[in-house]
Amino acid sequence: MKANSPSERLYNGIIKENPTFCLLLGMCPTLAVTTSATNGVGMGLTTMVILALSNMFISMLRKVIPETSRVPAFIVVVASFVTIVQFLLEGFIPSLYDALGLYIPLIVVNCIILGRAEAYASKNGVISSLFDGIGMGLGFTLGLTCIGAVREILGAGQIFGFQVMPSAYTPITIFILAPGAFFVLAFLVALMNKLNVGSAKRKIDPSNSVSCGSGCASCGNAACKGKRG
Amino acid sequence: MNDMLKVSASPHIRSKTSTDKIMMLVAIALLPASLFGIYNFGIRALLVMLISIASCVATEWLYEKGLHKKCTIGDFSAVVTGLLLALNMPPTIPLWMPIIGGVFAILIVKQLFGGLGQNIMNPALAGRCFLMISFAGPMTDFTVPSGAFATVYDTVSGATPLAAMKAGETVELMPLLIGNIKGTIGETSAIALLVGAAVLLYFKVIDMRIPGTYIGSFAVFMVLYEIFGMGGLDINHLLCEIFGGGLILGAFFMATDYVTTPITQNGQIVYGCVLGILTGIFRMFGGSAEGVSYAIIFSNLLVPLIERVTIPKAFGKGGAKKA
Repeated sequence: MKANSPSERLYNGIIKENPTFCLLLGMCPTLAVTTSATNGVGMGLTTMVILALSNMFISMLRKVIPETSRVPAFIVVVASFVTIVQFLLEGFIPSLYDALGLYIPLIVVNCIILGRAEAYASKNGVISSLFDGIGMGLGFTLGLTCIGAVREILGAGQIFGFQVMPSAYTPITIFILAPGAFFVLAFLVALMNKLNVGSAKRKIDPSNSVSCGSGCASCGNAACKGKRG
Repeated sequence: MNDMLKVSASPHIRSKTSTDKIMMLVAIALLPASLFGIYNFGIRALLVMLISIASCVATEWLYEKGLHKKCTIGDFSAVVTGLLLALNMPPTIPLWMPIIGGVFAILIVKQLFGGLGQNIMNPALAGRCFLMISFAGPMTDFTVPSGAFATVYDTVSGATPLAAMKAGETVELMPLLIGNIKGTIGETSAIALLVGAAVLLYFKVIDMRIPGTYIGSFAVFMVLYEIFGMGGLDINHLLCEIFGGGLILGAFFMATDYVTTPITQNGQIVYGCVLGILTGIFRMFGGSAEGVSYAIIFSNLLVPLIERVTIPKAFGKGGAKKA
């Protein structure tokens, strides 16, 4: 895939640099609102809309925004979109608005949004920034939905509000409370790492290491990826 | 060859103490309370204990086999965890709950942090709190099953002593000492627990520093609370608070766990005082009548901080500064 192409950006956001499972950014909404799969989807999509729009605008304004005051400028752009989305949610999806509560205004300071503005949108073109925002937003949605689904199944026996566990199942309430968020996140990150270690191993060919030249057998650098993998 | 002298570097003091011996002693010391629990609540209490122990040992074995680690079920620590977990459960608990509690205690609290010696909180208590938060109903259901006491004594009806005291009722002290009251399997009989504690103290598995400061600071807190909050000292209420609930079980058997307590002597005293004050605050100002388990796992988390501030000065270091 060509670097910075729309498809590469989507793949990067959803799989390669998934904000929830790989970058571990935006942990506050990740842990707080994922009490059900529905909330996870809602929070993820809300963030995605704001992320895509703010990435696009910041990319457009990247030549105007002075280097020294860029963070306040980013926050003004993000906060404008958050306000718009907040009013739209309150008007059209009040149930989701009530469920997400305080975490909608807090999207302004979500690390993913500021992180992408700083690391990507302020340096790249409009189209690729837009797709970067969509990709990251979808990755975030995927992460929150997975966590929310696991918590809802274990903690309430349901998924998206539908009963999936047999009626004899006693819900383990702790999973829809705060400690459960940490347990589920930790296990899902561990699972993702397990899968990623497998794919990383396949990519590295120890006999033909580019960076050190002499191959791994005679190399003492324990921090080298070839050794660790 | 046997006459050869062995020359080695210090330390020269040798001890035959080992983890499995200590853990075995703890298990033996818990026997009086366990047997009383079985006598008090019937054969179902024994079943809960066996399931809980089996769950803990099996989880440890499966985890270590699955990850090709050294198998440590021989050190009895999983047995002690399982037994303590069972003693912290009501006898009427559905029998699958000890399994979940045991898996949580061993897998998440103990093994994922690196096994015995690395766990940041007491596995048995963390397992109990996990069950308590998840299944508040069954974990606080103290209806007495068909045990010995159900038919013999009338005093077993009603709420647990702590809950009764929280509701403002007066509780008699004698049943709390003997144990013919409601409660979890192992906490009811203060005398049985103290016999076990005496065994541990005699074999120097534990010393009085943590239990003494724990119960002492709790008593001081209660005296102050009674004087300022209840309008007068009430010795019966004070003693019932000490001997009722899980304070004795917690102070001697769970707050003294080597892994999750400070290693410095001053630190152990600070730790005991924190425990006593927290237990008092949880019991008097908290929503539920009991607060020992939360106080202990909360204090477990403070242990690294306590150790850092109480680390003794090495000989020759520090002292008075030159003017």
